[in-house]
Amino acid sequence: MTASAHTRADERAHIGLTQREGEGPDPDEAAPIIFGFWVFLMADLVLFAVLFSVYAAMVNGGQGTAPGPADLFDLKIPFVETLILLASSLACGKASLALKWRHDRGRLLAWMGLTFLLGAGFLVLELRDFIQLATEKNAPPQASGWLSSYWLLLGTHGLHVAAGMIWLAVIAAQVVLWGLVHEVKLRIMRFALFWHMLDIVWIAIITVVYLFGVQS
Amino acid sequence: MSLLGILGWSDIIFVKAWQNPSISEAIAAGAGGAAVLGALGAAVLVTWLGAWRTLWTGWLTSLDHKKIGIMYIVLALVMIARALIEAVLMRVQQAAAVGDPGFLSADHYNQLFTTHGTIMIFFMAMPFLTGVINYVMPLQIGSRDMSFPMMNAVSLWLTVGGAILMMASLIFGSFSTGGWSAYPPYTGASFSPGVGVDYWIWAVTLASVGSTLTGINIAVTIYKRRAPGMTLFHMPLFCWTALAVSILMIFAMSPLTVATAMLALDRYAEFKFFTNGDGGNMMIYANLFWLFGHPEVYILILPAFGVYSEVFTTFSGKTLYGYRSLVLATMCIAVLSFTVWLHHFFTMGQSAEINAAFGIATMLIGIPTGVKVYDWLLTMVRGRIVASTALIFSSVFLVTFVVGGVTGIILANPDVDYQVHNSLFLVAHFHNMLIPGLLFGMIAAVQVWFPKAFGFRLDERWGRISALLWTAGFYLAFMPLYAMGLGGAMRRMRSWADPDWWPWLLAAEIGAFLLLGGLATLLMQFWVSVRNRRALAVPGGDPWDGRTLEWGTSSPPPEYNFAVVPQVDSRDAFTAVKAAGRAYSAPETYEDIEMPKATMVPLAIGLLAAACGFGLTWHIWWLALLAFIGIWGAVILRSFQRETSRVIPAAEVARQHEAWLEMVRGLPQTPRRAGLTPANSGRAEQGEPA
Repeated sequence: MTASAHTRADERAHIGLTQREGEGPDPDEAAPIIFGFWVFLMADLVLFAVLFSVYAAMVNGGQGTAPGPADLFDLKIPFVETLILLASSLACGKASLALKWRHDRGRLLAWMGLTFLLGAGFLVLELRDFIQLATEKNAPPQASGWLSSYWLLLGTHGLHVAAGMIWLAVIAAQVVLWGLVHEVKLRIMRFALFWHMLDIVWIAIITVVYLFGVQS
Repeated sequence: MSLLGILGWSDIIFVKAWQNPSISEAIAAGAGGAAVLGALGAAVLVTWLGAWRTLWTGWLTSLDHKKIGIMYIVLALVMIARALIEAVLMRVQQAAAVGDPGFLSADHYNQLFTTHGTIMIFFMAMPFLTGVINYVMPLQIGSRDMSFPMMNAVSLWLTVGGAILMMASLIFGSFSTGGWSAYPPYTGASFSPGVGVDYWIWAVTLASVGSTLTGINIAVTIYKRRAPGMTLFHMPLFCWTALAVSILMIFAMSPLTVATAMLALDRYAEFKFFTNGDGGNMMIYANLFWLFGHPEVYILILPAFGVYSEVFTTFSGKTLYGYRSLVLATMCIAVLSFTVWLHHFFTMGQSAEINAAFGIATMLIGIPTGVKVYDWLLTMVRGRIVASTALIFSSVFLVTFVVGGVTGIILANPDVDYQVHNSLFLVAHFHNMLIPGLLFGMIAAVQVWFPKAFGFRLDERWGRISALLWTAGFYLAFMPLYAMGLGGAMRRMRSWADPDWWPWLLAAEIGAFLLLGGLATLLMQFWVSVRNRRALAVPGGDPWDGRTLEWGTSSPPPEYNFAVVPQVDSRDAFTAVKAAGRAYSAPETYEDIEMPKATMVPLAIGLLAAACGFGLTWHIWWLALLAFIGIWGAVILRSFQRETSRVIPAAEVARQHEAWLEMVRGLPQTPRRAGLTPANSGRAEQGEPA
């Protein structure tokens, strides 16, 4: 098999969805959908990039008289949050593999369920952290420009996670209703892209907000 | 907490005018009344025509990119009428207010320049260019639709939702007085309490989300749905500009969305992003807004550049001069547009080095733009020119735009900018760019593609009158502002102390009236053309001896655009087909065509988004919450719908197409010079070398 013929066969099977030709959705229809979602993710990443630049501007000179990052942050909870979110991404990856290699509805749903639960665990920890910040630590978003930007950046990421979970539940319902039909497969693939992107954003948050924060 | 939030009787404009009668309030009430009567009148007209069913099934719920494009343009025309009348009102006030307060209250005047700018950018220019791209681009690349027809309709109806909020502000409460750029801290809660800024925030947010989705849709369509053989470098230049615009939309709308969200958080939840004190920093807003705002300028101008490229080739009967240089110039402009945003606030405290860097970057944009101007001129040289209305608008653009470009280069110098910052010189400059560089292009686009969309040409005589009025009006309205601006007159002034400026102001006022006349005669042109549609009919679908694929299909094109997706071998694809004598030949086989079914979901999403924005503006929390849940509920329910397309059988396609071919073959061939006469049958004379 030549290299180009090999690529073509992969394309027909649609990388990431199925391993055999003819099993997945029509690539001519699937490709624009997946490509479109990549473009959407790019626009979404621009949004996060803007939030990060706002944060960077605010952390230098936007703190006012309110408590700053060194007063507020320790790495314990963010470390646990990171582990949970990464584990959720792992579960999401296992779900994709269950779809691609095993074509097994039960296994797929189990991994999707674990993805959901870990996402929920992350959100619970984050909410707990938010409540603590606002009450015990006296650092609500209204306290300073920097805190506003911290809450907006973290809040936007958290909202993305919550929206992703609702989306995941909808897809799970469709898996149960319709089985592994093509449109559901494409949705799972798009969800996976979205979920992994949120991980990448979180890694940036851990670095820029927490690691730099405790050092400052 | 009342059921209607903070909305009370005295917020309704008519009640307000009754309670505090004045000329200013009477004008506001008149505008509110016009909005109500306009909506009622439209409803009565539709009922009288018995067209509700057609309107609902054929338009409001349609996912056809051509219908969506036309609806965008209708929205733009409605909104330009309002914003242009506001401009006239401001000029009348200014000319009357030399050493005198005039007749408009300061608050009313400030609302006028805010709504004028906001509408012209977000609800006239953006819908207009999005509509033209929506209509033309898929046809030009030989596609049957956009990649995401449903999302396309969602973009349209979100934009309409924003426009509904703009119109609602005429009747309920008042609009922002903070200008179209809404700089905090002035637009923060402490200096602008009340609902005005909230109207601005939600209207702009809906429009910007709609534009982000549009950008994604256009880019994916161009990358993935070109006809076989239509390589990127075989695309008509208009498609290249559409591609550049979509990339700009994808990258530039997010900063605006973030900026408006931050302003909303400041206002609603007392966040401290842009406040004075507590670490707030309004410079972040200025940077974010112009990080969107400058690419936006090129989002506005590039599609017009694309239209002009089509006009100059088509009406010169020549292929585009310097195609590759035009493509390169377009892409250079797209990239450079992200490197110059700071020139909007040279005076706001950066170091001289930073200002110099951005000044140089700004001047650099003049280079690719200059390349384009020469390419267009050379396209016309030794061409067989047909002086259509579209070409007249395009030629006026060439001359006028260069003047605006030169004043832009002047402003790009930070030293000069310090002198004329926020003066009428700036106002003259950006109108000098956007009126020829956007509006004339869009009007030219309507002149060119109207026969494609409706099967008959637009009346040339009224078109020329309109072009004359737009041109004279532009020069008379804006050249005086250059002089005044250099003399120190600031923008956004309600009244003047210096009587020397009165002649300039009077000239500008007359110019504004001429511009209004330009719009009126344009509408007159539509009316006259509809009445004379038999004489103006071009059933062949190719009235201009067109060069690109859209001219090879019927007028109006079928829902599926092309009976058989064309095979493309070169640029100017339809010219090549005609030169080879293969135009209007029947294909060997037909296939079933799958097209999206109509759906009311996008319309519902747009209306719910408007309701959500209205609820947020007036603190009617239950309405905002229900509408928000409704929007996402509609999206989720839609995802459970599996039968979203229908199939048009090959036999039906064959029947329609064969009938059309038969009709076209029976039409007389129109020589080039007869293009503007009733002899134009819509079938161009063949056999001449391209």
